[in-house]
Amino acid sequence: MTKQLQAPPKVLMQRNYTRLIWLGMAALLFWATFGTELSIPKFIAGVGESYKLLFGTAERPDSGFFPPDFTRGLTFVDQMLLTVKMAIWGTVLAAIAALPISILAAANTAPNKVVYQIARRILDVLRGLNEFVLALIFVAAVGLGPFPGILALAVHTTGVLAKLYAEAIEVVDTGQIEAVQASGANPIQVFTHAIFPQIVPTVVSMSLYRFESNVRAASVLGLVGAGGIGLFVTETMRSFNFREASAVLIVILVAVFLVDFISAQIRAKLT
Amino acid sequence: MIQLENVNHTYANGTQALRGISLEIGAEAFTVLIGPSGAGKSTLMRILNGLVRPTTGKVTIDKLEISRAKNVQVLAARRKIGMVFQQFNLVKRLTALENVLIGRLAFMPTWRSTIRMYTLEDRQLAFAALERVGMADYAWQRADTLSGGQQQRVGIARALAQQPKLILADEPISALDPKASEQVMGLLRQIQSEDGIAVIANLHHLDAVREYAERVVALQRGSVVFDGHPNALTEAVTRALYYDEQKATQPTPDLSTTPLLVNA
Ligand SMILES: Nc1ncnc2c1ncn2[C@@H]1O[C@H](COP(=O)(O)OP(=O)(O)OP(=O)(O)O)[C@@H](O)[C@H]1O
Ligand SMILES: [Mg+2]
Repeated sequence: MTKQLQAPPKVLMQRNYTRLIWLGMAALLFWATFGTELSIPKFIAGVGESYKLLFGTAERPDSGFFPPDFTRGLTFVDQMLLTVKMAIWGTVLAAIAALPISILAAANTAPNKVVYQIARRILDVLRGLNEFVLALIFVAAVGLGPFPGILALAVHTTGVLAKLYAEAIEVVDTGQIEAVQASGANPIQVFTHAIFPQIVPTVVSMSLYRFESNVRAASVLGLVGAGGIGLFVTETMRSFNFREASAVLIVILVAVFLVDFISAQIRAKLT
Repeated sequence: MIQLENVNHTYANGTQALRGISLEIGAEAFTVLIGPSGAGKSTLMRILNGLVRPTTGKVTIDKLEISRAKNVQVLAARRKIGMVFQQFNLVKRLTALENVLIGRLAFMPTWRSTIRMYTLEDRQLAFAALERVGMADYAWQRADTLSGGQQQRVGIARALAQQPKLILADEPISALDPKASEQVMGLLRQIQSEDGIAVIANLHHLDAVREYAERVVALQRGSVVFDGHPNALTEAVTRALYYDEQKATQPTPDLSTTPLLVNA
């Protein structure tokens, strides 16, 4: 009996440990306030200003975001379609490039540990470079337009998809691999007939999912001259054409909703 | 056609799975491997098709010394050896027919298999194999929608599609009900007697052993302890094989009566 009473300390120590983590997080939050100019009065004043900005003021009759001005609506829709095209190619190129890289970046299919480590670190770099930063680099390299935008999306997405594919490869059923190996198939055939069929659901759903987020990412790439609707976001905002800006934003939102909806339907059908 | 000469195998972690195995196996008899769990039956099968290389000893299949062959030669040799698994190991998301076509992969160029452009001959051969096991009606059904017995028959068809000289069946009926087990064993026996394909099956049910085996090889702790006709497999032999070993290797002292120092 006394023995059982002596047992609890282990549990208590665990609770102290979690409390330490909470304390650390509070300290982090405190640290993060310095230099960021968080201020409640400013926020309240800002809400008032934003209201004026959004809905206009009586002194300036044409100010505010409403009603949206669709006089250049066709151009916006056209640019949005271009943005979707950029996302399509950026995703497709990434999905194709990610497949062979994922084989090298999966512990069970990599030829050796060195290759595995190198592949994983390369993917870390690709994922670490944001699409926007990559677009700046590619605009400098190949000039303005949608093409550098596609490259930027493709490079970043390759890093994301290859990691996800590799994780799917790492959990495949080894029995199916052994059976295909036992028939005398070579390593490539083992991949195409035992591993690939098992990761198809992941490849399809993750690629479509990345396509959805690439449409969102692509709609701001125009800000750095990498093509698409983003250019009109900056153009209208900079010239204080807020009613046109609101038309641009509406076009983007509708397109994103549509793409998400359609893509989700396809994902549900295919997996 | 299969010869093992003094084969030993020790796994990387130090487990001695096979010790001094010498055997000669041909197509003239349905051979069944028995032995308690861990005796080395699966290891022996993996060595026969080159999935595992023995630490020492010589394994010859159809004149090729598979224990020492180059990787390419091992791949080529595996074409002659079909394998049937306890868990069937079909590629679940492929159809029954596509699974059987896996038995043809090693006979076609890689580019062809990659784009899944199988020749008409291969497809006919695969379909005939499905007919042989009574699964032609399910050719276009996905493997994971089939019952266990059906999956195992597709597994046999996959082995048959290789037009093998030897079929290795590692516990082919352990996951099946009695009726499906009978079908599967019946098929394997028929294949052995009619097609002259050597069959080595590894079984746990002694009733099935007595019904199907023409030759029984018993392994215990990595060594052959019995090799002969199933009629010679008496109660005393099987008792010694399955139970006496446990007594000998895994002493379970009764702690309530045994003084603690005895086993220290
Ligand atoms: N990959 C491996 N690495 C290390 N040890 C292994 C490996 N595979 C098998 N072993 C060990 O080798 C011995 C023989 O195993 P094996 O699978 O050949 O036995 P088995 O006779 O097929 O048993 P079962 O009837 O349970 O299938 C066992 O002790 C097992 O733990
Ligand atoms: Mg086994």
